[in-house]
Amino acid sequence: MSDTTTAKNDAVKIPAPVSGVGGWLDDRFHGAKGVRVLLKKVFPDHWSFMLGEIALWSFVVLLLTGTYLALFFNPSAAEVVYHGSYTKLDGITMSQAYATTLNLSFDVRGGLLVRQIHHWAAIMFMVAIMAHMLRVFFTGAYRKPREVNWLIGVVLFTLGLLEGLFGYSLPDDQLSGAGLRITEGVMQGIPIVGTYLAYFFFGGEFPGTAVIPRMYILHVFLIPGIILALVTAHLFIMFHQKHTQMPAKGNTEKNVVGQPFFPYFLLKGQAWFFFIFGTLVVLATFAQINPVWMYGPYTPLAISAASQPDWYLGILDGALRVMPPWEVNFLGHTLTLSLLIPFIVPLGVILGGAALWPFFEQWATGDKRFHHINDRPRDAPVRTATGVAAVTFYGVLWAESANDLIADKFTIPLYTLTWIARVLVVAGPAVAFVLTRRVCLGLQRKDSAMLRHGVETGIVRQLPDGGFVEERRPLTDQERAPLLARQAPALWPAPGSDDGGVPAPPARGIAGRARVTASRAFAETVPLLPNGNGDGRDNGYHNGHGTGEHTAAEAAPGGPARLNRGSDSADELAIVASSF
Amino acid sequence: MSETPEEPVGPRRVIGTPSTAPVAVDTRPESAEPTFSADPPDAKSAKNAERVVAALFVLAFLAGCGFIAAYIGLEVGDSTLPKGANGVVAALRSNMALGSALSVALLALGAGSIIWVRQLTPDIEIEEERHDLNSAPADRAAFQQDFAEGAAISQVTRRPLVRRTMLLATAPLALAPLVLLRDLGPLPQTDLRHTVWKKGLRVVVNNTERPLRPADISTPGSMITVIPEGFQDDADALAKAGVILIKFAPGELHIPSNYDGGTLVSSMNWTVDNIVAYSKICTHVGCPVALYEQTTHHILCPCHQSTFDAANGANVIFGPAARALPQLPLMLDANGYLAAASDFTQPVGPSFWERG
Repeated sequence: MSDTTTAKNDAVKIPAPVSGVGGWLDDRFHGAKGVRVLLKKVFPDHWSFMLGEIALWSFVVLLLTGTYLALFFNPSAAEVVYHGSYTKLDGITMSQAYATTLNLSFDVRGGLLVRQIHHWAAIMFMVAIMAHMLRVFFTGAYRKPREVNWLIGVVLFTLGLLEGLFGYSLPDDQLSGAGLRITEGVMQGIPIVGTYLAYFFFGGEFPGTAVIPRMYILHVFLIPGIILALVTAHLFIMFHQKHTQMPAKGNTEKNVVGQPFFPYFLLKGQAWFFFIFGTLVVLATFAQINPVWMYGPYTPLAISAASQPDWYLGILDGALRVMPPWEVNFLGHTLTLSLLIPFIVPLGVILGGAALWPFFEQWATGDKRFHHINDRPRDAPVRTATGVAAVTFYGVLWAESANDLIADKFTIPLYTLTWIARVLVVAGPAVAFVLTRRVCLGLQRKDSAMLRHGVETGIVRQLPDGGFVEERRPLTDQERAPLLARQAPALWPAPGSDDGGVPAPPARGIAGRARVTASRAFAETVPLLPNGNGDGRDNGYHNGHGTGEHTAAEAAPGGPARLNRGSDSADELAIVASSF
Repeated sequence: MSETPEEPVGPRRVIGTPSTAPVAVDTRPESAEPTFSADPPDAKSAKNAERVVAALFVLAFLAGCGFIAAYIGLEVGDSTLPKGANGVVAALRSNMALGSALSVALLALGAGSIIWVRQLTPDIEIEEERHDLNSAPADRAAFQQDFAEGAAISQVTRRPLVRRTMLLATAPLALAPLVLLRDLGPLPQTDLRHTVWKKGLRVVVNNTERPLRPADISTPGSMITVIPEGFQDDADALAKAGVILIKFAPGELHIPSNYDGGTLVSSMNWTVDNIVAYSKICTHVGCPVALYEQTTHHILCPCHQSTFDAANGANVIFGPAARALPQLPLMLDANGYLAAASDFTQPVGPSFWERG
């Protein structure tokens, strides 16, 4: 490395400030070596790696705009009579919170713009986190050693939900009050402690006067503080563990290939920040959001139709809508399942499931290796299928939160629509799982076929005997690399059963059998090539699908039944794959 | 995957398959230490790119100036606008001008930056070695050794009395912050079981505070939101005591006498002149049930679509609400105005654990 430094000295003149200021700093902080590492830090390039950055820059915009808003907003439920620019509400009694929201919208230059940027940034923040999490999930980037950063991400998403809920509840307009009322109703439905929680949070009966200042301090101090700390930890851990990279030629588990932080990522990061900020400003300027002045101040007896929360809470609202009226009364107590299930199940399945997944996968596959090369989603069929099932579950509940709008726009009877959602929320994920798994395996077969036979060129040649053949060309090394990255997970327990079919000790018992079943599901992979390696290009192996197909299956302790299943599904999969 | 320009003209390739053109360009140099060069990939287009980037940055500068000009030039707010000016229009105009200027400035900066890095910098890719994250076994062993030695010196393992009493000492302190939260609010007591309604308290129309005689609700099928007289400014009271009155044509209203654990909760006797009063607070999560369909007598909550049959004791027909809307007993007071005959006989609003 030091050779290069001297080599560079020939090409570039070191500017005086760099040696001067840099030297001054280095005398005091000894940073030259460490900061040089930062300059040369490799940032792999892939479009999907920018999703997390959207969340980061949106968060920066949220901090900037939120600080500005706090200069004008008064989080108080104290009543005032409004006399401001919005004359339609002139003389109306309202809370300070609502009045100051109106004032900063209409009587402060740029106030409306900043408020709308803030709201759009919150929406973008949550969208980006979700997209980023989906990317990380579907590419397996959460695997060892990155489980902790994955968990931090799950916590950040959860905190984002809360932060958003408190944020849009602050202006104390009609819509946000309705949202708070629903929040309070759900809190009351929590068994045993529900009424106490609600009373403590609202300082007594709903709506009271305490909740706005309480949400305010949570919204502007406590939660953003935790988010900031966790984002910092998230970035430091990422920095320390280095990025994952997509499978490509030259990318290995032992290297990171990409462009250096300085100047490439610095310039790109700068560009990305300006694009995101700019996009948020475009939205805030031309796409009105949360026009609180049109909703009026909150009163407990008014409501407007089509009251929807911000998108990221839609899943909870949809779950409330989809529930049948289940309530259990026993021993003088009421257990309101139609509140409790929507509160616990969607978040439990999505966030709890996300948090547990890396550990479940490790348990099922027995895979304790380090992973720095990401999987292509097709190469991990069970994971991808589980992810798509979760997306389906989420999507159904999310769409159900707009059931009144969908019913209205598409003239579907409302109750029919809710019944469809009730069926879909259960059946949809199961169907999605089966279909996705098959599609993944089909795509694997397609990859294997390409490795084996090359790519169809579209050029048809006539043979001397009159027959026609289509020319194929072998894949280039760049094209082969991602295809060859597929690895069948080892079956657990690997050297398992003895010849008599007696399972190995860890595979016994309920947990052991469950683990073996899960392990087999994870291990089902179409082998890359009949000979199991990637050296042959178009090796003329045209009809020998049978021999190497079951490399993974044969290792299974299950035996023949397993083999049959493998080949059946493989044939069906070819059909599925061809239709895609 | 870069596509070479001389790609053979052939059938369109299927999405998801690699290009048929051989892609053999590996831009990454083979040597680990490339010789340094700050030259852009293409000197000719770099000259153009430089002009474009500079033009974008000048545009950003001008838009930034425009932002400041718009801030100074476009006034908003009652105190600064001339008499008679429309404050809303002024605010929206200011928003449009400030937002447009800021959009252009930021997007131009972003576009300039990305063209800069793409067109003006050489396409250098470097490779960094990934070191094992786990420490060398010797380091791990040394750490464990040091830790165990420290623990042994501290006596924490050898003197359980000290260790346990220390843990004991921290337990109440760990609970203290939770204890401090106790005064966040009063205990629920039986608040949720009662509303401010009581015998003789008049119903008045929400927002106008007008008392009602049965004759004032002459047309069957209308729904009116009413509140207890004198509580129009008490949001806490209204959040539970809001009531809807529905007038039925003779013979349409059938309210069964229902009991809940020995308490009468609905009765035809609680209606006056075919006018029935139900709680407006949805028994699901407490939204106001604000929609009424006259022909079917359905009351619909707009939040989660719980639907109640107004003609039949407001029983649940559809949706997540598990209970009928509580009925408020009505009577006529001495002056012939509609009034409550008592409080609700069951809790209104969403269910809760202690409700039973």
